[in-house]
Amino acid sequence: MSRNRRRLFFSAAARGGIWLMAAIALLPLALVLLHTVTNGLPAALSVNFYTHVERPVGIPGAGVSHALTGTLVMVGIASLLAIPVGVVGGIHLVEYGGGQLPRGIRLAADVLVGTPSIAVGLFVYAIAVAPFHHFSALSGAVALAVLMLPIVLRTTESAIALVPNGIREAGLALGLARWRVALQLILPAAAPGVLTGCLLAVARAAGETAPLLFTAFGNKFYTLDPTRAMSALPLIVFHDALTPYEDLVRQAWGAALLLVALTLFTNVLSRLALRRQIALAGGQ
Amino acid sequence: METALRTGLRRWGGRGSAEGFRYWSALAGLLVPLVLVAIVLVLLLQAQPALSRFGLGFLTARAWNPVKQEFGALPFLYGTVATSLLALLMALPVGVGVALFLAEPGLPRVRGALGLGVELLAGIPSVVYGIWGLYVLAPWLLEHVSKPLTTRLGGFPLLAGPARQTNLLLASIVIAIMILPTLASISREVLKAVPNGIRESSLALGATWWETVWRVVLPAARAGIFGATVLALGRALGETIAVTMVIGNTPVIQTSLLGPAYTLASVIANEFSEATGQVYTAALLELGLVLVLLTLVINLLALLLVRNTGRQLA
Repeated sequence: MSRNRRRLFFSAAARGGIWLMAAIALLPLALVLLHTVTNGLPAALSVNFYTHVERPVGIPGAGVSHALTGTLVMVGIASLLAIPVGVVGGIHLVEYGGGQLPRGIRLAADVLVGTPSIAVGLFVYAIAVAPFHHFSALSGAVALAVLMLPIVLRTTESAIALVPNGIREAGLALGLARWRVALQLILPAAAPGVLTGCLLAVARAAGETAPLLFTAFGNKFYTLDPTRAMSALPLIVFHDALTPYEDLVRQAWGAALLLVALTLFTNVLSRLALRRQIALAGGQ
Repeated sequence: METALRTGLRRWGGRGSAEGFRYWSALAGLLVPLVLVAIVLVLLLQAQPALSRFGLGFLTARAWNPVKQEFGALPFLYGTVATSLLALLMALPVGVGVALFLAEPGLPRVRGALGLGVELLAGIPSVVYGIWGLYVLAPWLLEHVSKPLTTRLGGFPLLAGPARQTNLLLASIVIAIMILPTLASISREVLKAVPNGIRESSLALGATWWETVWRVVLPAARAGIFGATVLALGRALGETIAVTMVIGNTPVIQTSLLGPAYTLASVIANEFSEATGQVYTAALLELGLVLVLLTLVINLLALLLVRNTGRQLA
């Protein structure tokens, strides 16, 4: 009896241990969010922060508007590059999915997701910066697109795999061509899931610093010209946080807060889209 | 986009755009392996000056002194591997614990919140972990952990002083936080793939919940969890910005966890845009090549492991 009691006690203790692990996992999330908000608010609460550009240290009224638009411009261009290709490729993986080729593409996508983003930065530097002898937002967007592509591809694939086969069969039975079924029946039915993947990819791209270091490089001035060097929120956080000036560090925290708000908002949106997809696919 | 697609398709196939779309979409998919191969090839070509000049000795040389044109990868390899392994050591129990919490039947329904929390943890950008590690965690760690450790246990080489604010231990903790979501979510999938029948059999034989988990479920999921660990290792090796901000950026090899170090990714991030001269640039590109090949091999291994367990259990 006492042996059994010991076993049950041990099991209960292990359950407690699992609870502890869960708490330990959530602690950094809570702390990072808390400190980013408290340290970031002083900068983020001023209007200048959103309307002005960087200023020399000691001169008040600096802002990060150039980095905010930079992030939007580069992530926008990257989305235009990566999303169509990723979605069409993802459709291919499901609709023509059996052979060796799709299997290879899947594996390559999973490996590319795990490739260090700094290496992607080096790669894009070599093909899109060095030949032109200057940094550009366009090259930054290409680097971000390389990171987005495998995410869009794989999530599109799983979203399309969720679409009930009946829709596909109904289309084919009506005599529609395979590509029409794929683009006009399957893709709309999978739209929320595809959107989930795109939003996840956007959130990842918006938060990336390493691939922008030697492509977009950063810029102290406001520009919308994609052929010129451009700033981005993560670049501001990285550069300003490592300076010894209080003003700039405060600015970096503000940019970090903005970045967290942006990426978490996108993440939450993507979860909502995913929920809609699961409801469409018949619930689980 | 759809009209553009349609005209493109019409132009493609006279015989029937069905086949056209097949090849066209395959081309889109093929871009992914192409990019992957191109990354390796371009880095290989660009690193050529360093490759031919230093040969294999590059990997074992300890000196990194661009002024004297001395370039060796060893301090960075050491820093990369040491921080990653230490991070795994810290993250593994927590990650598997979270996965158990999320996957095992019989634990209460706080799961939704925990699952969301772990996903949000994955969604926070690297640079934010960096600034948090630098301004919040670093001073706290120095005051409450590093300094007491060196004063009391400084005799051990691993904890030898003087403790620095940005050091190898801090970098490992930050990496551990960042790889936790990868570990937890993949382990959860693996655990979910374990058939319920063997859980029920174990419980029916009178095993407690923990005995079932420890002796039945975890052994069944062993290979998959190992795969998740290796995948997380791949992520840890390539982690750049957060590490760059907290590791101290000094190319030395010292046994103490409380001293500064440097990683492959960090030195590229710090020095590449300021590198002058062909050899210096090529040496950094070669470090990039080493990093890519390292993560490539590890990721392939991990993916095969995770997939095989999924198949075996199903």
